[in-house]
Amino acid sequence: MSVDFCGLELAHPVINGSGTFDAIAARTVFGDALLSDFPFAAYVSKTITLEPRQGNPPPRLWEASAGLINSIGLPNKGLEGYLREDLPQLVEIAAGAGEHGQPVPLITNVMGSSAEELSQLVEACEQHGEIAAIELNVSCPNVKTGLDIGADPRQLEAVVRAVRDRTRKPLIVKLTPNTADVALCAQAAQEGGADAVSLINTLRATALAPRGPSAPRGPSAPHGASARRPPWLGGGTGGLSGPAVRVVALAQVAAVAARVRIPVVGMGGVRSACDARELLDVGATLVAVGTESFRDPAAGARIASGLQAAAGA
Amino acid sequence: MTQAPFGRRLLTVTGMEELGAYRVLRVADPDGPEPEPGQFAMLAAAEGWGGGEQQRPLLPRAFSIARRSDGESHFLLEDVGPGTRRLCELRAGERLWVLGPLGRGFYAPPQGRRAILIGGGVGIAPLAILQDVLQAPATVLLGFRDRARAQGAALLDGARVATDDGSSGHHGLVTDLLAAGLQRDPEAVVYACGPAGMLEGVRALCAASDTPAQLALEAGMACGFGACFGCVVPRRGGGYLRVCVDGPVIDAAELERVEEHAGAPA
Repeated sequence: MSVDFCGLELAHPVINGSGTFDAIAARTVFGDALLSDFPFAAYVSKTITLEPRQGNPPPRLWEASAGLINSIGLPNKGLEGYLREDLPQLVEIAAGAGEHGQPVPLITNVMGSSAEELSQLVEACEQHGEIAAIELNVSCPNVKTGLDIGADPRQLEAVVRAVRDRTRKPLIVKLTPNTADVALCAQAAQEGGADAVSLINTLRATALAPRGPSAPRGPSAPHGASARRPPWLGGGTGGLSGPAVRVVALAQVAAVAARVRIPVVGMGGVRSACDARELLDVGATLVAVGTESFRDPAAGARIASGLQAAAGA
Repeated sequence: MTQAPFGRRLLTVTGMEELGAYRVLRVADPDGPEPEPGQFAMLAAAEGWGGGEQQRPLLPRAFSIARRSDGESHFLLEDVGPGTRRLCELRAGERLWVLGPLGRGFYAPPQGRRAILIGGGVGIAPLAILQDVLQAPATVLLGFRDRARAQGAALLDGARVATDDGSSGHHGLVTDLLAAGLQRDPEAVVYACGPAGMLEGVRALCAASDTPAQLALEAGMACGFGACFGCVVPRRGGGYLRVCVDGPVIDAAELERVEEHAGAPA
C-alpha cells in the first residue's frame, strides 16, 4: 500500500512525529535490527534550530491520565551541528532501512522565531540532496518563539510565503492545536505555499508539584497565607500527548482535511491500526506515531502492518 | 554495551517472591541477550496497563536488572505508585512486556583495586548482578529506611547494613559506612545506586578522596531508548546527559552534583 506524498513514494502511510524517535540513539541501542525492521516509511528529524539548544531543566515529564505531558524544550545541536554530525548518520540509517535500494526519505523539521531565521534554516536544507522534505515547526508549545506564528493565521501565511521560495523541496507546516481555528491556520499555510500540513502537535498542559513539606518555589500570596503551588515541570508548562488527545486530533484532522486541498499528516494518540485508520478515513494521507513509540519502539511497524492486513482483507 | 532486540517482547512471569518490603519479580527470558551489570529494562504488565479502562499506568517503567540466572531475569520492585503496584500484582504464568537490556552498565574495576558496592533502598538491585560477575570479593554497604526494607540486603552476599531508624545494623546513613571504608581502603573503586541524596553523598565523599565512582542514576523516563529526552540530568560543564542512553551508569566525575528531583514516575 505505497503512498504518494508530495511526490515522495512511501512504502506505507506511517511515519514518526518529530521529536518522538531518535533514530541515531535507537541504532546504538538496538543495532542493525532497527534497520531491518525500520518502523517508519519516512523519518522526521527532531526540531532543528539555528543555534544549539540544551532544552529545559528537568523534570521534563509527567504521566497524566491516559497521556504524557512533556516539557523537553527542543534540545538539538543547532543547524551546523545537525548537518555536520547527525545528518550523515541519518543518511546511513535511511539507506540501511530502505527497501529495493530506495532509502527511507528524510524529513528535516526546523523552527525559527522569525521568517528570517526560518529562511536561513530552509535555505540550508535546500543545499542537501539527502533531505527529501522540510517540516516547519510553528507550533511547539514548549518554546515561546514557536507559539505565536502558528496560532495566528495572518502571521503564519506571511511566514510560509517568506520561506516558500527558498526551497523546491516539499514544505510541510506543522500546525498547533492551541489556536482558535486550526482549519483557518491550515488554509493560511496553504495560501502561503505549503505543500502539506501536519497535526496535531501537543496540547498545552501542566502538572503541579506534589504537595510536600518543602517550601514552594512560587511567589508568596499577599498575606502569607497560602503560596501558589509551583509547576512540576522544569519548563513550567508542557504539551500533552498520548491516547488522551486522540479524539481531539481526530476532530482537528477532519476539520483541516475538509478545508484544504494539500495532503494532511494526521497524528495524536495513535496506538493501533484502528486508530490510524480513523485518521486516514477523515482525510489524512499519512499518519504519524509518537507517544506509542515510547511504549514500544516497533509500534510504527506494528501499526503499518495492521493497516496493510486490513487493506488486503 | 549489550544491545536490545528491537521492540518489546512478551515474556512470562515465573515467580514473585516477597523480600521484606520488596518483591523479586522473576521473568523467563531464555533467549534474551545477557545484560551487563547496571543495564535496565522497561517493564509493563501485558494486561491492565494503558489499555481499555486503565488510564494509568500508560508508559512502561524502568527497572535495573537485578540478576540473571537459569534463563531468568530478576527485578526488584517496591510498590510506590500505580505502575509498581500493577507489577507487584503479577503472578507466575502471567505475562509482561519487556524492552531491554538497555543503557550503559558498570565497567570493571582496574586490576588489583577493591570494589566497594554501595546501595540504598530499591536501588540495591544492579549491585546484585554486579557482585555476581565481579571476579574479586567486594565490600557491600547497603542503606535502608527500616528493618522491613533492610531484608532486601539478602539479595547480595555479605552486606553491611545501615538503617535510618536504627532498627537494623548501623543507625544512620550508609554513606557513614562508606566514609570509614574509604579511609581503610583509599585505593578502592566505588559503585553506587540509590536515592539522589545518597548518590550525592557518595559523589561528594569520592570527589573529596579522589576515588573513582560509577553512579547508577534513576530518572523519570518515558521510553528507555533515547527517544523522549525526558530523563536528563545536568552534566558538569553545561548541558544534559540522557540517563537512558548516556547512563544509567555515569562516572561521578561527569556530574557537578546529583540532583534531588530526578525521580521516576512510579
